[in-house]
Amino acid sequence: MSGYFCELYSGTKSLFVGLGITFRYMLKPVVTLQYPHESLPMSARFRGHIELIGDEETGAPKCVVCGMCQKGCPSNCISLAGEKPEGGKGKVLTSYILDFTKCSLCGQCVESCKFGAIRFSKDYNLAGPRKEAYIFDLLKRLEEKGR
Amino acid sequence: MMELLEMEPLRLLIFLGGLIAFAALNAAYLVWLERKVAAHIQCRIGPKEVGPFGLLQPLVDGIKLMSKQLLVPNGVDPYLFKVAPLLVLVPAVMSFVVIPFGENLAARNIDLGLLMIFAFASVNVLGLLLGGWGSGNKYAVISAARAVSQNVAYEIPMLITVISLVMVTHTMNLNEIVKQQEGMFWNWYIFRLTASPLMPVAFLIFFICSLAETNRAPFDLGEAESELIAGYHTEYSGMGFGVFFMGEYANMVIGASLATVLFLGGWQSPFGIGSGWWWFLLKVYALIFCVMWVRWTYPRTTLWGLLNLSWKVLIPISLFNLLLTGATIKVVSYLFGA
Repeated sequence: MSGYFCELYSGTKSLFVGLGITFRYMLKPVVTLQYPHESLPMSARFRGHIELIGDEETGAPKCVVCGMCQKGCPSNCISLAGEKPEGGKGKVLTSYILDFTKCSLCGQCVESCKFGAIRFSKDYNLAGPRKEAYIFDLLKRLEEKGR
Repeated sequence: MMELLEMEPLRLLIFLGGLIAFAALNAAYLVWLERKVAAHIQCRIGPKEVGPFGLLQPLVDGIKLMSKQLLVPNGVDPYLFKVAPLLVLVPAVMSFVVIPFGENLAARNIDLGLLMIFAFASVNVLGLLLGGWGSGNKYAVISAARAVSQNVAYEIPMLITVISLVMVTHTMNLNEIVKQQEGMFWNWYIFRLTASPLMPVAFLIFFICSLAETNRAPFDLGEAESELIAGYHTEYSGMGFGVFFMGEYANMVIGASLATVLFLGGWQSPFGIGSGWWWFLLKVYALIFCVMWVRWTYPRTTLWGLLNLSWKVLIPISLFNLLLTGATIKVVSYLFGA
């Protein structure tokens, strides 16, 4: 019989302790991030799809169209083209297409680039309606970013 | 205004419209409040996009529910399926008829008001049972059976507690009961220890039972999402579900109102001055906040734990309280004269 009352007492007490805890939590500040309105910067080693790095002064891509990234890619998702302008020295990048549907973010392209012309981007809002939305024209993206 | 209320047809219309509007508005904004309370207990914000503080969210939800298709699946009982949500809502709205919001602010001042509320509260269970049965869905049937067993188990301690209170009040007229609690707050029945030393415990039992009667967490076995999808309203869509929901929240308001009237002095001010409907609403919403607070604190009980609590704890204590109340009344009347 005394066990019944002990249990009753400790049970009731623990219920009120629980209520106290939730009440204290209710007065605590909000910890969640209001996502579409605010978001945290991605961590330094986050691997998004690759992007071209522009020259700091001119904004033109640093890429010299050596094609090492294309050769290094195990999934053949990079295709790039360049041309040599008359009078100028070296090739100039004319298109850089990344097929992100095949990319596994292994980073071979970034490793193999001797000129520091590509890096992982921090983009993660990449929802798209069609497969074609994931064929990225990185040159165009760089231009848009420069603007 | 007072002369208008004297005219019978007008009085009927005013109170009918007023009570339905009150029930609907409550259902809408209690959902908002519930989401806010839940969010803040979990350190979130809750609805905030639609209107300032998300205050227009209930409106948008209502429009969504009303514009959705009312799907009647194959294999349901066509009549019971449609009647069940109304059977939950109508008794709840009916119970509002006798609730005294203020001194002269009750649709009907019936002598057996308390009895009427309990009679209609039992019809509510019938609605849940028919909804579950009519859906022809195994989850809905299981849920309906649970809701009924739960309601039967918890009606007993609730009624015993009410009987012991009626022994003190000598009346079932709710307005009369409120009038007896006039004055400072120690005149409220919850603190009336000369009537029964266990009055606060009686209030606690009444509160727990009203949680169970309205199928609120932690006693929401009827719609245990993790086991039964959504319980008896699994098959309901659009406003069918909306009406069930309204009924549920209206029942919550009834439970809180009843606890306020019986134990917390209804529309009486705690300091003896400035009594009115504002005190009634304040107390009711404070109790409803407690109901929500409880919901977001405790996990759902098992059916076993639920029935154990009723039969092993609440019923013995309420029976003891009944005895003690009777004895106290005898002793007090013997010592101080009738």
